Amino acid sequence: MVDESQAGEIIKVAGPLVVARGLPQPRMYDLVRVGKERLMGEIIELRGDRASIQVYEETGGLGPGDPVYTTGGALSVELGPGLIGSIYDGVQRPLDLIREATGNYIARGVEMPALDREKEWEFVPKRKPGDSVSEGDILGVVQETPVVEHRVMVPPGAGGTIEHINEGPCKVTDVVAVIKDGDRIHNVTLSTVWPVRRPRLYREKIPPRNELVTGQRVIDTFFPVAMGGTACVPGPFGSGKTVIQHEIAKWANADIIIFIGCGERGNEMTEVLLEFPELIDPYSGEPLMKRTVLIANTSNMPVAAREASVYTGITIAEYFRDMGYHVALQADSTSRWAEALREISGRLEEMPGEEGFPAYLGTRLASFYERAGMVKCHGSEGRIGSVTVVGAVSPPGGDLSEPVTQATLRVVKVFWGLEDRLAFRRHFPAINWLISYSLYLEEVESQWSEEVNPEFPELRREAMALLQREAELEEIVRLVGIEALSSAERLTMEAARSVREDFLQQNAFDEIDTYTSIRKQFFLLRLVMRFYKEAEKALEAGVDIRELINLPVREDIAQAKFIREENLQEFDELEKRVADSINELIKRMGAGEGVEAESATVVSGAAIEEE
Amino acid sequence: MAIKEYLTVKEIVGPLLLVEGVEGAKYGELVEVEFPDGSVGLGNVLEVSEDKVLIQSFEETRGLDVSNTKIRFRGRGLELGVSRDILGRVFDGLGRPIDGGPEIIPEARLSISGNPINPYARDYPSDFIQTGISAIDGLNPLVRGQKLPIFSGSGLPHSRIAAQIARQSTVLGKEEEFSVVFAAMGITFEEANYFMSEFKRTAAIERSVLFVNLADDPAIERIATPRVALTAAEYLAFELGMHVLVILTDMTYYCEALREVSAARKEVPGRRGYPGYLYTDLATIYERAGRIKDERGSITQIPILSMPEDDKTHPIPDLTGYITEGQIILSRELHRRGIYPPIDVLPSLSRLKEKGIGEGKTREDHSNLSNQLFSAYARGKEAKELAVILGEAALSDVDKLYARFSDEFEHRFVRQGEFENRTIEETLAIGWELLRMLPRAELKRVKREQIEKYMK
Repeated sequence: MVDESQAGEIIKVAGPLVVARGLPQPRMYDLVRVGKERLMGEIIELRGDRASIQVYEETGGLGPGDPVYTTGGALSVELGPGLIGSIYDGVQRPLDLIREATGNYIARGVEMPALDREKEWEFVPKRKPGDSVSEGDILGVVQETPVVEHRVMVPPGAGGTIEHINEGPCKVTDVVAVIKDGDRIHNVTLSTVWPVRRPRLYREKIPPRNELVTGQRVIDTFFPVAMGGTACVPGPFGSGKTVIQHEIAKWANADIIIFIGCGERGNEMTEVLLEFPELIDPYSGEPLMKRTVLIANTSNMPVAAREASVYTGITIAEYFRDMGYHVALQADSTSRWAEALREISGRLEEMPGEEGFPAYLGTRLASFYERAGMVKCHGSEGRIGSVTVVGAVSPPGGDLSEPVTQATLRVVKVFWGLEDRLAFRRHFPAINWLISYSLYLEEVESQWSEEVNPEFPELRREAMALLQREAELEEIVRLVGIEALSSAERLTMEAARSVREDFLQQNAFDEIDTYTSIRKQFFLLRLVMRFYKEAEKALEAGVDIRELINLPVREDIAQAKFIREENLQEFDELEKRVADSINELIKRMGAGEGVEAESATVVSGAAIEEE
Repeated sequence: MAIKEYLTVKEIVGPLLLVEGVEGAKYGELVEVEFPDGSVGLGNVLEVSEDKVLIQSFEETRGLDVSNTKIRFRGRGLELGVSRDILGRVFDGLGRPIDGGPEIIPEARLSISGNPINPYARDYPSDFIQTGISAIDGLNPLVRGQKLPIFSGSGLPHSRIAAQIARQSTVLGKEEEFSVVFAAMGITFEEANYFMSEFKRTAAIERSVLFVNLADDPAIERIATPRVALTAAEYLAFELGMHVLVILTDMTYYCEALREVSAARKEVPGRRGYPGYLYTDLATIYERAGRIKDERGSITQIPILSMPEDDKTHPIPDLTGYITEGQIILSRELHRRGIYPPIDVLPSLSRLKEKGIGEGKTREDHSNLSNQLFSAYARGKEAKELAVILGEAALSDVDKLYARFSDEFEHRFVRQGEFENRTIEETLAIGWELLRMLPRAELKRVKREQIEKYMK
């Protein structure tokens, strides 16, 4: 690819930015090789014969006069079998192979193909010679992992009659099919390349309508995201962004997970690498790593590659989408990406916008999130695929008015607002239910009505109203103390506390609690609300509030989240127990017993849980 | 290659020198700056543009002039010579001995900027370190290979806590080679001297390496100091297989030096005048902590930073918190009430907690017990706040108990002596003892069996 004689020379080096002169035919966003070590870089500005280049590797030791080579192509990713289970850096170099080649530290100038050139894959053709095919049609498949069938598609712009198609073991660079279109011959290889900054093509976009079930109760029931939707998780440090991202990557009912560690901690990627091969996907029964691609550009790795990493990730996501898969992409964190933009922009001496971020921050963010969506893919099979994007945002000081959060909120449809106040109380996930929202609720609710239970949407509304009411009552308690509340209001507070503690709180480190199916979520919420409704009746019948609060059955409600998925029938029985024990109180009331509460200890005080 | 010497300094602005007519300078290259009086300082290349080179001088630029200053390019970056003999020695902020001892005969010369650890090569930190401090061990445990900063404020006893951690740290059931690398950036002589005499008193000096840049040493030198220290730490950990505890104090002065250079370069400032790349820059320091697969050693970092105005949202603590694996926050209020260590446990956090504790590591009840203590203490504090506004009478009976619990918790669990080294069993026992103050029905986060077993 690199023509030795065709080289320009460096005239300036400032951090990750290099300016070169005399490059042959430089084009914007072309990939170049910088210096004797051939560091990867990308042209981001042209002025006369001077090209500004952002370098994806550490630039120490470069100086004026060093050569710069053009490659004539844009920064691209390799797409083909072998992606799943890999860990790449921001420009798709395989980190496991880099370790084998250069040891524990990332050396510079390593050139490494993203896909294993030697590995043979069993190609199973789905078409035969003489078939006429058009772009996006599936020519054949490779069983990439036990859960992922890798579909080899006719590349964009190709089409015609199949002259020849292979069968059996193939390497990624092998031609698997030859397509003839008049005089033109297309050789289709097992793998393909695609420039990362260009969205992959599809037939048409369709509005998202199915829920992406994440197994996280506060997300699925209260603020759901749809397949093909976009969500963001802003929060100060220590509020649990990464844990939420990991939980979604673990339990989402997507076919493929792309996890981008963008400018975050190295140990977090290690955690994923060590955990995912061990954890079993509840949907397929296979290890989670068999559906996961990791992109790791940790905070100490070169800043320009961080900028590229989100594009690398989303291009891989789109590729699997085109095969007809539902892909969930997590970017942790988009703020670090924005900071990379800011750093490069500063070195280019561009006029800064808000807080030093470039003026095009909003546009870049929007066009990234817009690559999410549910689409009708190319190809005669009429496949539907989707890419869901969940971006973490790390606002400085937890201040949501900062530019990255604001630009993100303009484009995403779901907002999970994390709060450190909740995290300090060890309420996890620390998603504040009063500020968060989801714009997919309507679509998801109609899906629930059909597939889970018609009561679900109403139940959710009631629970939400209860939490809202709690916030109002808290104001009163803060001003005049809990004694000022009526019994009915005390009950409301108590029920809201139950919703928070018994439903919203979820322990990511507990083997059972870490994942809750949508059916179990419904049962659990109904159980919690059932107590409230029955207790309201009892209160009207004159039962003392303290007796209701101290009912032993409430301890069972608190334990209900630990009911296993295979024992969901226990919920019916539990609900009956709730109703029975409250009716018992009403009956005793009618019989004139137990009017006075025996114990003076009221295990309540829900009011001051909040501040 | 002959070393070229230039007399072509054109501008001197603050710590920056602009030299013209230079050939073959490289980005990041080490530079010798010879002062008109013959003394020699060091610097490095920040930017090269054609024949113009921008140099940051680690030495004060006082006394430099544009006509007689000589610049020599060394053809390599700043390096540290390392060997086992660095143990027990004291160096300046650039790694030159200042204890009167002999020069180090290096086995290797390592570039101080280091290379990023390949995430694939990392091993997850999971060995619990017993620091003997209940507020850390019980609630925010430190794990080998972790980076856990102390967020402090002026006048708070962070030095004493860091020294106590260095003195008491052990890994349960293991006897391994252990060393301390200490980097002082911009702190006072008294503070640095406290650490040195502390290390000498406990004979820890034998297994320590100290890099000292004091408040009156050149400010720009501080930019190199943590990198020099971490290069030494990496050598000890991954070449010699030692478990290294790195104490970096005070990161705030480091960031201020960075800001000084950024301002002199007229860069577009980020928040509060700190450069936009502060996050990335700090990450290249903090991320040098960790463990590596198949290597014996480890690097555990305890950076100390003083929060200006005790403000956690200030860019330095804020960006640090986003990179490190948790934080230990000190509270002025506890300190005023005479509680040592004044660790504010609620906003403190150890992200690696779950990996380091539990059965086989500490004890099976550790995780649940700490969650229970957290939530009980949080509720007690809230109850006390309410009582301040509405009077104690407005509290329910249970909340009165919680309020009392939070007081007792601070006095018996958090508070301890500076030389009191509590085992993890002792820490957990105090925790269970305190929980007895509360009605059993309130203990929702611990399992019933655990209550039976441990709450005697």
